[in-house]
Amino acid sequence: MEFSYTDVQSMLQESIEKFIANDYDFERRQQYAGSDLGHSPEVWSMFAELGWTAVPFAEEDGGFDGGPVEIMVMMQQFGRGLLVEPFLANVVLAGGVLRRAASDEQKERWLQPLIAGELQATLAVAEPQSRYELANVATTATRDGDGWVLNGHKGVVLNGGNAQLVIVPARSSGEQTDRSGITLFAVDATASGITCRDYPTVDGLRAAEVLLDGVRVDAGAVIGDVDGGYNTFEAVVDEATLAICAEAVGIIQVMTEKTVEYSKSRQQFGVPIGSFQALQHRAAILWTEIELAQSLVLKGLKSLDDDAPGEQISRLASAAKAKLSRVAQLATNEAIQMHGGIGMTDVLDMGLYLKRARVLEAQYGDQRYHASRFARLSGY
Amino acid sequence: MRVTFTDDELAFRDEVRAFFHDEMPQDIAEKQRLGVPLEREDFIRFQKSLFHKGWAGFNWPVEYGGTGWTPVQKYIFGVEMAQANAPAIVPFGLGMVGPVIYTFGNDAQKQQFLPDILESNVWWCQGYSEPGAGSDLASLKTRADRVGDHYVVNGTKTWTTLGHWADWIFCLVRTSTDVARRQEGISFLLIDMQTPGVTVTPIITIEGDREVNEIHFENVEVPADNLVGDEGKGWTYGKVLLEHERTGTAGVARTSYRLQNLRRQAERRVRGAEPLANDRNFMRKLAAVEVELKALEFTELRTLAAVAAGKAPGPESSILKFKGTELQQAVDELFVEAAGYYALPYVPAQYALDFPVDERVGEGSETKSSLTYFNYRKASIYGGSNEIQKNIVAKHVLGL
Repeated sequence: MEFSYTDVQSMLQESIEKFIANDYDFERRQQYAGSDLGHSPEVWSMFAELGWTAVPFAEEDGGFDGGPVEIMVMMQQFGRGLLVEPFLANVVLAGGVLRRAASDEQKERWLQPLIAGELQATLAVAEPQSRYELANVATTATRDGDGWVLNGHKGVVLNGGNAQLVIVPARSSGEQTDRSGITLFAVDATASGITCRDYPTVDGLRAAEVLLDGVRVDAGAVIGDVDGGYNTFEAVVDEATLAICAEAVGIIQVMTEKTVEYSKSRQQFGVPIGSFQALQHRAAILWTEIELAQSLVLKGLKSLDDDAPGEQISRLASAAKAKLSRVAQLATNEAIQMHGGIGMTDVLDMGLYLKRARVLEAQYGDQRYHASRFARLSGY
Repeated sequence: MRVTFTDDELAFRDEVRAFFHDEMPQDIAEKQRLGVPLEREDFIRFQKSLFHKGWAGFNWPVEYGGTGWTPVQKYIFGVEMAQANAPAIVPFGLGMVGPVIYTFGNDAQKQQFLPDILESNVWWCQGYSEPGAGSDLASLKTRADRVGDHYVVNGTKTWTTLGHWADWIFCLVRTSTDVARRQEGISFLLIDMQTPGVTVTPIITIEGDREVNEIHFENVEVPADNLVGDEGKGWTYGKVLLEHERTGTAGVARTSYRLQNLRRQAERRVRGAEPLANDRNFMRKLAAVEVELKALEFTELRTLAAVAAGKAPGPESSILKFKGTELQQAVDELFVEAAGYYALPYVPAQYALDFPVDERVGEGSETKSSLTYFNYRKASIYGGSNEIQKNIVAKHVLGL
C-alpha cells in the first residue's frame, strides 16, 4: 500500500503552498473576501491559467486527468491558506456533475468555459427544509412542451450570487423524499423567474438563497437522465464531503500548530503556559485526534481513487465527516480556549480559521447526520 | 429540607412575572423578542424600571437600598427574568463594584457612589485583566503611585466589557512592589473615565462586534479618596467580587430558558419536512444537557442557602462558573447544530427593528446561532478562565 504522493502531486502541493505564501496572505485574503464578488477574479483567472481548475477533468474534456488525491492535496492547502476562491463550487460541485453526467455537447457548452475560468457555476445542494438529506427535494420540475418549468427554493447555495450556471436538482416525479424522480437541470442564473438573494457566510465566503418562480428551461438543460439524477447528485456531494474534510484537516492543523506555538511563548505565573501538564495533555489529545481524522479522510480518498462502488464511498465519506466534524469542534474550541482572550479577537487570524472550520463542520452534514448515515450504510 | 415554595413565595413569583410581562419597557421586551441588539440607553431604561420598582438592588442588603431578598426570592427573580427573556442586568455596577463599596468602602464613598449605582445613573466597567496579566491576574503591572493627596496611574487594562459606554472604572492597581507575595501591594481604585490621560481603544471580537476594549492610563491623577478600603488589600476585595461574578455567571435559568426554546424550535415542522425533534439522537443531546442543568440548578440553590446562612460564596462558586459556562456553550452548539445550513449566512442587518421579517434568510433566528456561539466562547475565558476555576477547586477544596 502506497502512502506517498507522486511527483506530480508533490509539485502541485508545493506550487499551491508557494502561491499562498507569496500571493495570498492574511490581508489580501480579507480584502478579497470583503470585495463585491467575495473573491478575486484575477486570482481565479490565474488558477485557470495554471491549470488548477482543470485538475480533475478528463484530457478529452480539456482536463489534466487528475484524481481525487490531487483534489485533496489542493483542498488541504486551500484550508491552510483560508482561501475564499470558489474552487469547491465550480470545480468539485458543478464540475463534478458535468464531468459525470453531462453530454459532450453540454460539456462543450459549460465545462470548457468553467475550466477556462470564464464561467462561474455551482450546484444547489440544499433546500430550507432538507437539512442534509439530499433526496429531500421539494423544488418541482413540470414538463412544458419540449421543456420544463421549475418552481422552488434552494437554500444557502455556495457561490450562488456569482454563478452564471446553477445546477438545480428538482423533483420531476415521486414524493418529496424519494430518491427516484430527481432530475438535474442546468439553469442560467439570468433566466426570468430567478431571484437570487446573495449574502456573505460567517467565514467570509458567499452564498445565496435562490428562488425559482416559473423558470422555463429547454430539454437540453437536463443533465443525465430524467428522474435519474440522484446517484450523480449523491456521488458529487460525497466527493465534495471528502474534499472539505481535507480542507478542514488543513485548517485545524494550522490552528493546532499556532496554538502550540502560542503556548510556548505566552508567559503566565512566570512560565510558558505550555509547561502546564493540563494543557500538554489537551494538546496531545488534539494532535492525536487530528491524525486519526486525517487517516479516515485518506481512507475515503483511497476508495474514490480505486473507483469503489458508490455505497462504499458514501460509507467512508460519512465515516470521515463524522469524525472530522467532531474533531473540528474540539480543535476550534481548544484553540480559542488555550489562546484565551486574544484568540477571541481580530488581532489574530484564529477567529477566521475557527469560522471556516465551523462552516465546514456543518456543510454536507454534521457529526450526528454522518454517524447515522454511516450506521445505516453499515447495517447497524 | 424544604424545596417547595410557600404561598408568599408563589405570590412573589406572580408579582415578578407581572412586572416583566407588563411593567418593564415594552419596546425593550420587543427588541429582545426579535433578537435586536440593545443600545446603552435600553439597558439604562430597563434597569431604571427595576429601580422604580425597588428591585435594582436585588442582591443588596436593605440598609443600602437593596431588596434584602431571601435566596429563594433571588432565585425566583432570576428564573422569572430569564423566562421573560428580559435583558441581563449589566453586572459591573449592581453586581460587582456596589457590593465591594458597601462591604469595604467608607461612609463618604457609600454616599457618593451607591445611590447612582442603584439608579443606574452611572455606568461602571471593570479594570482587572491586562495584556500580560490574564489568568495570572496577580502579575498585573498598572501602577498607582501616591503623590500628595492623589494617585498617579499608569498602565493598560484589557477585555474591558462595554468600557466605551462607561462613566467610571474600578481597577486593581499596583501600589507597592516591595512585597513578599505578589498579591500584596495591589489596591482597589475607583477612576472617573473623564479624567485626563484615560483613553479607550476598541477590540473587535471574532463575531465582528465591539464589546470589549483596552483602557490606557497615562499619568492619570486620581484622588486618594477613591481608594476603597486599605491600600494593599485590593486583592482580597477583588477576590470577593470575583466570587460574586462567578456565582452570577452560572446562568442556569437563562440556559434552561434557551434549552426550552431550542426544544420548541426542534419540534417545528418546516415545509413538510420531518421536525428535527423526530431525530432521537438530537433530542437525547438536549435531555443530557437538561440533566446537567438540573444538577447545577440545585447546586446553585445550595450555594444561595449557604450565603443566606451568613457565609460568603466560597470556592464552590468555581463549580457554578465552569459548569455553568460549559452548559451555556453546550446549548450554543446545539443551536448551531439545529440551524443546519442556516447557521452559515452572516446577515446581522436582518435583526434591525425595521427589517421586514418575511425577507429574513432562514425561518426563524437560525442565522444568529453562529454569532452567539462565536461570542460566547468568551464565557469559558472570562471571570477567571475555566482552567483557573479547576485550579481553585484542586487547591482550595481538595488541598492538592
